[in-house]
Amino acid sequence: MLTPITRVALAAALAVAVAGPTAAAPRKKAPERGYYDVTRMAPLTDQKGDPVKGRDLVVKKGLCLSCHQMPIPEEADHGDVGPTLDEVGSRLQPAELRLRIVDPKIINPDTPMPSFYKKELHRVAKKYEGQTILTAQEVEDVVAYLATLK
Amino acid sequence: MKKSILAAAGATALAAALGGPVLADPPFDPKDPKFAAYISGDKRSGYTFAEPETRGMQDDDFTNPGFLWVEKGQKLWSKADGSANKACQDCHGKAEDNMKGVGASYPRYDVRAQKVVNLEQRINMCRVDHMGAPEWKYESDPLLSMTTFVRHQSKGMPVTVQVDGPAAPYFEAGRRFYYERRGLNDLACKHCHEDLWGMHMRTELLSQGQANGFPTYRLKWQKLGSLHRRLAGCNEEIRAEPYPLGSPEYTNLELFLAWRAQGLTVETPAVRK
Repeated sequence: MLTPITRVALAAALAVAVAGPTAAAPRKKAPERGYYDVTRMAPLTDQKGDPVKGRDLVVKKGLCLSCHQMPIPEEADHGDVGPTLDEVGSRLQPAELRLRIVDPKIINPDTPMPSFYKKELHRVAKKYEGQTILTAQEVEDVVAYLATLK
Repeated sequence: MKKSILAAAGATALAAALGGPVLADPPFDPKDPKFAAYISGDKRSGYTFAEPETRGMQDDDFTNPGFLWVEKGQKLWSKADGSANKACQDCHGKAEDNMKGVGASYPRYDVRAQKVVNLEQRINMCRVDHMGAPEWKYESDPLLSMTTFVRHQSKGMPVTVQVDGPAAPYFEAGRRFYYERRGLNDLACKHCHEDLWGMHMRTELLSQGQANGFPTYRLKWQKLGSLHRRLAGCNEEIRAEPYPLGSPEYTNLELFLAWRAQGLTVETPAVRK
């Protein structure tokens, strides 16, 4: 069993390896230095995420089902734009999940997935100005829920 | 475009074969001759993404509610207005002859205005300059009616716009808009309508977002509306601040969208959900 810190370090090491000069295919936009800074994957709050709240958030506020298939049978017509999240907790560590929720463009600059915890976006509607889609604690709740999908 | 029509159709069939989550798309077969008029290469009119009932409404001029606006526009065509007491007809004659093909070529660079204008703006220029009449408000019933009536004279003709020469900077601005992320959802037009068409967001089947049927009667609106109204709605859905209807931003985008639809034919007035 890995400690959480080891997991974060491993994930960061993996990410750095992917972004390193040995990567075969040239990227459209070279990642800046510090792109895969481990602090970007650290928990956003001190309070542990609540998977029950997280499950509610992925349905309602997060609108994750718009694009992703998830093991939430009471909701019909899950979208098929993104990959299925049925076993995402087996594929990705919490730190990796968090990074993808906070700002998935770090992984794929061309992704249609929103950045759920990012400000400074272009031409946000006035009533949402200065807001993020999820709060820091809500991101933690969603991460906690997704980590249970194994 | 990244994928072909056949590949998209194949993917749906594959999903069905694998027993995956299958959402019931409206039937569409690219080889079916009844769709030939609504396809050009990999380009697919919104007609091909519509439910059969909606297609049926568009097909029949008597059930197509957009024809109420065509008829209203036809009446306005011969109605004198303004200090010059002139009607469109007094200069342009019979619309059925002299407006044929005009709507298919807008937006276009206008030498007198020294900018790209769309059909709505061109009609208003005529009112002010030649009729001595006030501009019709964007999205007002008379402007929608006249725009629909004029564009309808090009029905079945391929969309063909000039994007080089003096139109080039406007076209480039429209292209930039199309590929620029915006709003809290941080999406560009191209994400849904170029990369992801044929996929689903919940029950929503993403179309290519082709604009060749505007002004369009939308069942959701229960009335006919302009392309700019639709663009503002799209922006609101991704939680972006919309631009005013008739703004240069949407007019430039309209030019880019027209270029993108080239090969498809004018369907005005189209019917969509």
